[in-house]
Amino acid sequence: MELVCPAGTPAALRAAVEAGAHSVYCGFADETNARNFPGLNFSRPELAEGVAFAHRHGAKVLVAINTFPRAGDEAIWHRAVADAEKAGVDAVILADIGLLAHAAKHHPKLRRNLSVQAAAANADVINFYAREFGVSRVVLPRVLTVAEIAAINRETEVETEVFVFGGLCVMAEGRCSLSSYATGQSPNMNGVCSPASEVEYVQEGAQLAARLGNFTIHRVGASEPAPYPTLCKGCFTSGDETGHIFEDAVSLNATELLPQLKKAGVTALKIEGRQRSRSYVAQVVRSFRAAVDALEAGRPMPTSALAALSEGQASTTGAYAKTWR
Amino acid sequence: MTALPTLAPPLSRLAGLLPKPPASVALTLLARRIAARHPEIVSRLGYHAGATFALDPTDLPVVMVLTLPGGVPRIRLQKDDAGTDCRISGKLSALFALVHGAVDGDALFFSRDLVIAGDTAAALALRNAIDNAELDIMEELQHLAPPLARALRPVVALLERQTGVALHRASGVN
Repeated sequence: MELVCPAGTPAALRAAVEAGAHSVYCGFADETNARNFPGLNFSRPELAEGVAFAHRHGAKVLVAINTFPRAGDEAIWHRAVADAEKAGVDAVILADIGLLAHAAKHHPKLRRNLSVQAAAANADVINFYAREFGVSRVVLPRVLTVAEIAAINRETEVETEVFVFGGLCVMAEGRCSLSSYATGQSPNMNGVCSPASEVEYVQEGAQLAARLGNFTIHRVGASEPAPYPTLCKGCFTSGDETGHIFEDAVSLNATELLPQLKKAGVTALKIEGRQRSRSYVAQVVRSFRAAVDALEAGRPMPTSALAALSEGQASTTGAYAKTWR
Repeated sequence: MTALPTLAPPLSRLAGLLPKPPASVALTLLARRIAARHPEIVSRLGYHAGATFALDPTDLPVVMVLTLPGGVPRIRLQKDDAGTDCRISGKLSALFALVHGAVDGDALFFSRDLVIAGDTAAALALRNAIDNAELDIMEELQHLAPPLARALRPVVALLERQTGVALHRASGVN
């Protein structure tokens, strides 16, 4: 199976390739991608250099242009697709139907993958994207069970890519407005979920409070792991009850499910974390490359030692092994 | 908290006795050399280059205050983070490890080995810009003043033993 790895910077791209990534995904340093964080992402020359480096080492580069174009500013997104093709990327990862139509019409030779931001979660909609826009691969949302993924693969020729490690978005991606509600900035339009400019960590006595906009997302004691300040992982009090409404502060780790995902017909395995360091990228990619190689060779899955890199320092197999919706 | 080593108290006290103005000048020279050799650090900071950063090694009695007027770094040692926009604090070993790409910043944050206060966006921009630069402090020192780098080798070796972090770029990710 193909291992698709994150790169928020050129250094992380090199780290991913050297650690054994088959493909690396990245984005431009603007609102055209869903990880538009300070100090991250690629300029046009950096992307061209990254593509050349990856290709020299036999790896592919996929560029995420997976936010939804703002009315009147579509040219920014059109230019991103054109510049990605010019840089020699192996595919673009798109979510917006209009942008898919634009890419199919004006860049027909550029491979088009469907982003998780499109929230395509059944075979009918995936086949629609393939028929209308020539989509070659779909990144499945993180809300499906392994059985559901197998059912999708039985009914489509489109390659499927699933998340196997990292931050766990539990929402219908591309449609979640929680962060927009709290901050006025949208993950889907501006490319920032819980934008850093709206995040503040405040020491309140022995507790560390994380605030997003005007909301306190959680408070943790001195000896507790600190989570990300995302609303979907927030810990809230209502009446006499305090708890996580949507999901605990945990990360996805599906290492143990790789054999089942392969059996379900999955083509590619995706590691989340373009906002993370080259150290994270190197460690996680190396671990998953060992797992993928073991799987291909028929050996047992190696034990993962990635807990320290996980939010909440805890892992889950997410929806793959349970039904959530 | 993870098992990152703490600087030995005598070394910490010794560092506290260093006269701040000349130490600030030396650190400024090193920071300027790094910025000249890695211009992408300042460009990645974008408008956050206008922020005032407090780099606070919690096992040292000083705070390094970094500013970049006109994109040129200046470091001032002071006793606290007064007058800064954001503070990045952790053991000296954590900060060194972060600079050299030996650890992941988010993982240090989860484990509470790294604390961010104030302007989170500026702190994040600095962390990402430094991570991308693949810095090697000893190499930078060598470029700045080869005789000084040679003279400092025993001190650096002592610091490496104390912090548990090699003062050169992490292997495997460079």
